[in-house]
Amino acid sequence: MISRREFLQATAAASALTVGGGVGQLGRVAAQQRLTQADITRFDPLGTVTLLYVTDIHAQLMPLHFREPSINLGVGEARGVPPHISDAEFRKYFKLATGSAEAFALTSDDFVALARNYGRMGGMDRVATLIGAVRAERGDDKVLLLDGGDNWQGSWTSLQTRAQDMVEVMSALRLDAMVGHWEFTYGAERVKEIADKAPFAFLAQNVRDNEWQEPVFEARKMFERGGAKIAVIGQALPRTAIANPRWMFPKWEFGIREEDLQKQVDESRAAGAAVVVLLSHNGFDVDRKLARRVKGLDVILTAHTHDAMPGLIRVGDTVLVASGSHGKFVSRLDIEVKDKKVAGVRFKLMPVFSDAIAPDPAMKALVERVRAPFAKDLARPIGKTDSLLYRRGNFNGTFDDVICHAMLAERDAEISLSPGFRWGATLLPGDAITWEDVTNATAITYPNCYRSQMTGAQLKEILEDVADNIFHPDPYFQGGGDMVRVGGMGYALDISKSVGSRVSGMVHLKSGKPIEAAKSYTVAGWASVNENTQGPPIWDVLAAHLAKAGAIRIEPNNSVKVTGA
Amino acid sequence: MVLKSVEKTRRETLTLAAMAGLALLIAPRMSLADEAAVAAEIKKLYGDKKLESGKIKLDVPEIAENGLVVPINVEVESPMTDSNYVKTVHVFADGNPLPGVVSYRFTPACGKAAASIRMRLAQTQNIVCIAEMSNGALHSVKANVKVTIGGCGG
Repeated sequence: MISRREFLQATAAASALTVGGGVGQLGRVAAQQRLTQADITRFDPLGTVTLLYVTDIHAQLMPLHFREPSINLGVGEARGVPPHISDAEFRKYFKLATGSAEAFALTSDDFVALARNYGRMGGMDRVATLIGAVRAERGDDKVLLLDGGDNWQGSWTSLQTRAQDMVEVMSALRLDAMVGHWEFTYGAERVKEIADKAPFAFLAQNVRDNEWQEPVFEARKMFERGGAKIAVIGQALPRTAIANPRWMFPKWEFGIREEDLQKQVDESRAAGAAVVVLLSHNGFDVDRKLARRVKGLDVILTAHTHDAMPGLIRVGDTVLVASGSHGKFVSRLDIEVKDKKVAGVRFKLMPVFSDAIAPDPAMKALVERVRAPFAKDLARPIGKTDSLLYRRGNFNGTFDDVICHAMLAERDAEISLSPGFRWGATLLPGDAITWEDVTNATAITYPNCYRSQMTGAQLKEILEDVADNIFHPDPYFQGGGDMVRVGGMGYALDISKSVGSRVSGMVHLKSGKPIEAAKSYTVAGWASVNENTQGPPIWDVLAAHLAKAGAIRIEPNNSVKVTGA
Repeated sequence: MVLKSVEKTRRETLTLAAMAGLALLIAPRMSLADEAAVAAEIKKLYGDKKLESGKIKLDVPEIAENGLVVPINVEVESPMTDSNYVKTVHVFADGNPLPGVVSYRFTPACGKAAASIRMRLAQTQNIVCIAEMSNGALHSVKANVKVTIGGCGG
């Protein structure tokens, strides 16, 4: 039996800060206004293999703001351990100075002031520069570039081109392999079309035809870099058919499929792999559990849960990398191979500070080209905000508050429900809200905003089920994401309880009356996974509200009372 | 009558799901079995005979992708010779209208004791398997399958 202390061994995280530099001395340098590209790329190379890893870019081609969560609760074995720590606790754990560039990149407090100081992050032209710099330093033959999925969805341009913009950008970056989750919401045919044609591999060991259990995608691919064989195994989001509309890929089923994965690892070793990498869209807590149960994985490149950590988490002989989201970070993992085995690793989470990094001219031109047909529309002003608008947080986000308000007003509803998506850019107070901003928070292939009647009992059932997807103590029973956002209704949530008994005190905010189990309420919501959902697309609902509402001002939202954390 | 009420329930459920923006698979308002009902079924078959662990590999999803067709795979470790083989495998569900799902009878000629089915699950519940060996020994295993609404964050 492995003790709790052993498997929580996150010492690698702290030690990697010294070994790999973490994000290094950026804070001090930045404070002195001398933040340079060289500071970001500085790395003491190790061995002959370099993995470069990006994930959950959510189709963000341009630099943006993305505020990390202030509330990111873990349950069970994940309680209080990275990545389930935030702000001061996070900075203490990873030894980051308050107010430093890395604090801005990785934590949420004082976000507005720091954002004005450090500027936007990400941008595929800047990402291209960092990747180019590492390839130039190491040599093309030593570098493998991998993407953890959720690359094709999240912007108006990706939605309109059905991901063609991202496919072109990732091809130009010379991506070696990727895995999928939101990718599947373009439908089975489109995903297969790209997987078949693209110059990079689309890997997924855990997607099967649901009649014959035949693999739908290549499970793994062997690469040779720096004289070593590297097996990369793909793991798509195991809960895709539950989390997203199954009717879009009706013949595919997913699941974790541990035993099949173990076979893939064993076959990789038998085929001579010195390094076995799981390119995983499981989400961090699932990967932490999986790392103890599947033997022989050297590296898990984690995704889905959008965690960014400036250090590695070590579980047994496996290291876990968490590379954030929205193009904010590029992870570099150098690997030393001796006797056909991993002898050492060195890590750095490179923050993509757009003001410090020179755009790669070719990628800049490509991004401009793919955006050109939509440029006028993207820039169209829709509204304005006087408040910080963000998405992340277990229970609320101010941008979600705006969406919930929009549905209440535009759909004449008593209660509104908005999914706990973790993607979407952050807007600063004083920012104009453009069509690009509206769609960065809403661009999905099933956007219809329904209006229906629901009883209090049905509303409770929904809250209970979603809460269990996040707070089930066993990560294999979690679905990922954050709590469904609720407009017009408050409730209390005890995360330590079990399904059916976490939610209480449901109250209709406007009237102050308790929600009655048998009473019917008018409810608006969006992102239904059911086919033929009726209603206008959510971006039109949001835009109509913004056009009427004037400058948005969001008051602190205390409508969810959380206990048991 | 029963069929009619099931149909209605399913329609209600799907409507709710569409409204919620989430897929609620099944939530019938009908009388369902429980752990005691499964225990009673087992007692009916085998009395108070001891149930041992081990031998049975029960492969079910942690979370059902579609509660209407949940894959259940069961395999019992055995040489399957004339003197040592698996006689019977029973599958029970403790949250469906009836606790009994299926019973398989095997002979040494089967070569191995393995079976796969797809079953409907009304709600989150335990699947219980009992294997009766040729020497009379009983083995059991239990696994929880979660049936949940859809929707996601990541």
